[in-house]
Amino acid sequence: MVDGPIISARDVDFFYGSFQALKGISLDMRAKEVTALIGPSGCGKSTFLKLLNRMNDFVPGARLSGEIQVSGRSIYGPDSDPVSIRRLVGMVFQRPNPFPKSIYDNICYGPRLIGARKKADLDIVVEKALRAAALWDDVKDKLGKSALELSGGQQQRVCIARALALGPEILLMDEPTSALDPIATAKVEEWIKGADLSIVIVTHNMQQAARVSDHTAFFYMGSLVEYGPTMEIFTRPREERTENYITGRFG
Amino acid sequence: MAQAIPLEPKLSPSEKGARFFFLACAVVALGQMLLIMLFLFKEAGGLLGSVSLGDFLFSSQWYPTYDPPEFGALALIVGSLAVTALATALATPVGLGLAVYLSCLAGGITREWVKPAVELMAGVPSVVLGFVGLVVVAPFLQNTLDLPTGLNILNAGFILALMAVPTIASLGEDALAAVPREIQDASYALGATRWETIWRVTLPAAMSGLSTAVILGLGRALGETLVVLMVAGGAAQIPHSLFDSVRPLTATLAAEMGETAIGGPHYHALFALGLVLFFLTLAFNLLAYWLGRRWRRG
Amino acid sequence: MFPFGFTLREREIRGALALTIIRALGLGFLGLMAALVAYLVWRGLGAISWEFLSQYPRESMTAGGIWPAIVGTLWLAVGSMAVAIPLGFGTAIYLAEYARPGPLLTVIRLGVNNLAGVPSVVFGLFGLAIFVGFFGFGRSLLSGCLTLGVLTLPTVTAAAEEALRQTPASFREAALALGANRWQAIRQVILPAALPGMLTGAILALGRAAGETAPIIFTASAALTLAPPESMFSEVMALPTHIFNLATNGTRIAATRPQQFGTCLALLTLVLGLSLVALILRARLRKGRKW
Repeated sequence: MVDGPIISARDVDFFYGSFQALKGISLDMRAKEVTALIGPSGCGKSTFLKLLNRMNDFVPGARLSGEIQVSGRSIYGPDSDPVSIRRLVGMVFQRPNPFPKSIYDNICYGPRLIGARKKADLDIVVEKALRAAALWDDVKDKLGKSALELSGGQQQRVCIARALALGPEILLMDEPTSALDPIATAKVEEWIKGADLSIVIVTHNMQQAARVSDHTAFFYMGSLVEYGPTMEIFTRPREERTENYITGRFG
Repeated sequence: MAQAIPLEPKLSPSEKGARFFFLACAVVALGQMLLIMLFLFKEAGGLLGSVSLGDFLFSSQWYPTYDPPEFGALALIVGSLAVTALATALATPVGLGLAVYLSCLAGGITREWVKPAVELMAGVPSVVLGFVGLVVVAPFLQNTLDLPTGLNILNAGFILALMAVPTIASLGEDALAAVPREIQDASYALGATRWETIWRVTLPAAMSGLSTAVILGLGRALGETLVVLMVAGGAAQIPHSLFDSVRPLTATLAAEMGETAIGGPHYHALFALGLVLFFLTLAFNLLAYWLGRRWRRG
Repeated sequence: MFPFGFTLREREIRGALALTIIRALGLGFLGLMAALVAYLVWRGLGAISWEFLSQYPRESMTAGGIWPAIVGTLWLAVGSMAVAIPLGFGTAIYLAEYARPGPLLTVIRLGVNNLAGVPSVVFGLFGLAIFVGFFGFGRSLLSGCLTLGVLTLPTVTAAAEEALRQTPASFREAALALGANRWQAIRQVILPAALPGMLTGAILALGRAAGETAPIIFTASAALTLAPPESMFSEVMALPTHIFNLATNGTRIAATRPQQFGTCLALLTLVLGLSLVALILRARLRKGRKW
């Protein structure tokens, strides 16, 4: 690797109050790849994902030790700021959560925060983001319509486009298709495979992880059990727990 | 073909009796609403013999005890609207500010104590607040601003605002608390600061509930009697400044009803004022209902 | 990607400014109300003594106490609940348990909701026309209780319906599945579960009734009585109207100022005390709820 890892975690412990949700997580993720985080419910994969853009800051009683770097900068360091980190690290949530505004205004939300005002600039941003989310052709004639009128799959792609409009380097996806039907899921997966940025995706669905990701990390009980190229994890896992999980013996 | 058996079970007599009893309660409750309207209309209708509807609504000459009496309600209606408008202007920013403070800024323990305190304040009897306006605010206004009287629109609007703020804050906090966590997370994940999330996502999403809260607060101010009776000054005139005295509808009713002969023209005129008040508050309630519906759709 | 102009620092300063203003508005109001209550307590305590609470007024109200007003207010509050609770609970049970969606339900609900928005002075007019005049009860405790009962009916009904609707459907289904009929299910399972919540709403309404002035000025209140009410048809004194009369109508407004503050504190204690009881009950109810 020439550039070094885009995300690098070192000895991360994380607590909700007295409950330790993550134990000594260390892993490096490569730029422009799709990394899948898998594991049974409550294994810490979503918690780890939310650490990457500091969304866990809102949880009362949350504590962290260890270090997480994004693009070589420590994001929990004393001079790092959650707001600017979230511009760099976008996020798409489990359930589509468009704002109750028009499609256009949803996409413009982030750019407007940092001072974009000119209609001409915003038009370009909206088109680019919607094209990147493979939604432009579906909605180009109804940008003024409320985003809530779209189908679930389209809403989720609006949320992707909304995150992309800020030009993030990394996109975090927390079970982004769990609330979608198979056709909508296929479209989102297709988008993930073709996307030109670093993606970290949490999924319950093993086939999905196998289909879309380059590397896979298996979490269990707050620990990182195994991490490697997806092909290897799914064909010849080194750990027995990993094999049991992916072959469906528990979880 | 066999006859279909009705799924409705046969009701035992006690079951039927209970059902009938509770229906009767509901009908009596509803009947009271109709009775109130019926009486207002009936007693107000008696006025039409002494004054035309146009004169009643658009004349500002209210001299009920002259001979012949004059019953022009315009100054009273304007008086009600003036104090309500000032109360709204004062109470809306403070009430909504308090709602945002409670819902988005205050920590768990602060909120646990302050929210009930605000609800308690909504229960302070209006006569007590009117008394405060009379013995504290009025002399203060009179002395500091060098006015002929401290009993005026400014005083009444201020005290009414004190009454409306807890209502607005309490209902507004409920509306803000109902905004889904997901869309606020989405905003933070897009790099918004706390204020940007509140201003651009939480407040717009709660707009329906917030506007309902403000309007119900207003309705409360409009219908409030004792405060305006004690501190609005009682002059039946069209006001020209905040320092003028007015005589709102509710104050007129409370002040004059005790001294009028049941069945006389003055008595009927007061019921006509009651009817105006009834329709004004009804309009506010319908507006609140309609706004609630409209925003929910959007 | 973006050449746009806001630096993070500018955005944070703007946010901090806005949040400071909001904090100032909220805390400012709370401070103002706290100061106001403290002032009333301070001035009121100066007037309150055992004599003040237990004696009749003397010497044009400049001496003696407010005993008859306390008694009158308690009678009015209890009497209005005797009207509002049976009717309100009954209506709530109909709305929550029996009514099917349809025009009748819509009309009843609209009627009850609108009743809640009607200004209290209009209830006073209504009471004057119907209870004092039409039924001929005169200016009396009975007319006052009926007027306040009608006034508090919507509050009592709404709170009771809410409490009934919060009992889980599974309670009802379980009772019905065991062979209870609807009325048995309501009486044996639903009402016991919902009653604390329903009573909490009633106590809040009781506080409201005790503090109301406008509806009783023309229907029940006397400026001065020198004996306890003999029957439901006697006029009574009440704390709110006593404050109003002393502060605005009397011939000795300045001389009775201490009595005015004392009566305010007595009323405030009664009303806020009742509300406080209701709030504490509600908080304990929510914490202790097992479903």
